[in-house]
Amino acid sequence: MKSAGITTLTEAVGELVKNGDEVALEGFTHLIPTAAAHEIIRQRKRDLTLVRMTPDLIYDQMIGSGCARKLVFSWGGNPGVGSLHRFREAVEKDYPHALEIEEHSHAGMANRYVAGASGLPFAVLRGYVGTDLPKVTRTIAPVTCPFTGERLMAVPALNPDVAIVHAQQADASGNVHLWGITGIQKEAVMSAKRAIVTVEEVVESFEPRPFGIVLPSVVVDAVCEVPKGAHPSYAHGYYNRDNAFYEAWDPVGRDRQRFSSWMQRYVHSTKDYAEYLDLIASEGQVRT
Amino acid sequence: MNRDRSYTPEDEYTPDEMMAVAASREISDGVVCFVGIGLPSEAANLARLTHAPGATLIYESGTVGAKPAVLPLSIGDGELAEHADSVVSVPEIFNYWLQAGRVDVGFLGAAQIDRYANLNSTVIGDDYGHPKVRLPGAGGAPEIAASAHEVIVMLRQSPRSFVGQLGFVTSVGHAAGGDSRQKLGYPGGGPGVVITDRGVLRPDPDTKELTLVALHPGVTLDKAKEATGWNLAVADDLQRTRPPTETELSVLRDLRRRTGARNG
Repeated sequence: MKSAGITTLTEAVGELVKNGDEVALEGFTHLIPTAAAHEIIRQRKRDLTLVRMTPDLIYDQMIGSGCARKLVFSWGGNPGVGSLHRFREAVEKDYPHALEIEEHSHAGMANRYVAGASGLPFAVLRGYVGTDLPKVTRTIAPVTCPFTGERLMAVPALNPDVAIVHAQQADASGNVHLWGITGIQKEAVMSAKRAIVTVEEVVESFEPRPFGIVLPSVVVDAVCEVPKGAHPSYAHGYYNRDNAFYEAWDPVGRDRQRFSSWMQRYVHSTKDYAEYLDLIASEGQVRT
Repeated sequence: MNRDRSYTPEDEYTPDEMMAVAASREISDGVVCFVGIGLPSEAANLARLTHAPGATLIYESGTVGAKPAVLPLSIGDGELAEHADSVVSVPEIFNYWLQAGRVDVGFLGAAQIDRYANLNSTVIGDDYGHPKVRLPGAGGAPEIAASAHEVIVMLRQSPRSFVGQLGFVTSVGHAAGGDSRQKLGYPGGGPGVVITDRGVLRPDPDTKELTLVALHPGVTLDKAKEATGWNLAVADDLQRTRPPTETELSVLRDLRRRTGARNG
């Protein structure tokens, strides 16, 4: 049985994310682990299989920075804005290098995490029949119900080497509390071999919150206190989604040179996320 | 208003406003409605704020019974959770709500549609590995298409979006027509209506081929046909869409104004 240690994000990523790992950074619009993604880029991790239902800016940044060999996903866009241009260039033009893709629907990905968290080899669902997805994705296969004979579709469990999520709070023992839209985070953590959670703050004790969930420390390996670690996404009760930042990302991601300069200046040249936040705040790039 | 002057809807409302209003009229009070971002969200909330106050709006991020005061910019805005009846996990949304048949009406958009209302939101081009355009992908669409009792499709109409042959089938409409959708084993009824910036299309009861049943005000039949990449079927009793009422327009514009003020 593991019990989460409270540590720095630099150490957690350094020790728990290995080159070549399958890594799931989850967060369904809310609580996206931006700080952890930046640390992966800063430490120049390579050859990763990135897993996520909704790869957004942080996956665009990791793909464009050359961290990813493969992407397992169900919807890749800049929500409310448009395309992810680094992701598109990787698929359309193999730039900065080829990116293998394994493509599902949200229902398929959600059920793959559920099977992974349940310790089962696969999940069944009724979707995919008649679509072209099974033709291009090896991890979708027909299966017949042994009781009714109904033909369904099977998808294999996801069991990432590492899951990384962001939450509002942890206590000193490493238990984690998140609330608001909690998406797929619980399933991601419980399906993974190792889990890192970044939190807004470490508190004495938790207050009950509507629809809140607690991830006990036994399912978490490392907890890191990283205030504003989900920006430009949001942390319910702490800060709002920075919609202007999502819009401002579009021209940066669209241009190879501009993207590289941005990553160099704001991520590689800063020693950690706190320094990055100070820098973008001082330049008025951040709004809450 | 001068009743004699030729009707120019451009002076009074936009094609997008006509689309949102026409779609909102498809939502009856009391239905469970699975909403998407953009025009669908405008249409669903317009319905909730006018003739369908009892509609339960679900967004795929997990909010059930969402009552946003301003329109969300993403499916997971905190605004959706703030006033929802419940907030559930993503597996619960897809398994307990959609797949189990608890959603009456679902909205879909896409990059491309064919004559049987099958949809593509994955790639444009023949080479899946290196497509001409990589689109965001399936997201929740295949499950909505499969399981919602009825689907409302909203799509601006052009020869590039209304195509004879899809580059990729992301979600199933009426498959190859006739009873081919039923044969796939899907419980949901599939697309019941397609609302565009030109008019309204519905599947023929037997062949399931999309048929133009109404033109929006100011749009000619030729303009609708020009915007379609196949020989568009037209209903014998082609109707004219009722223009937005003052109430519909003012509620929609208030919603947009509040959204703009909140997002700066």
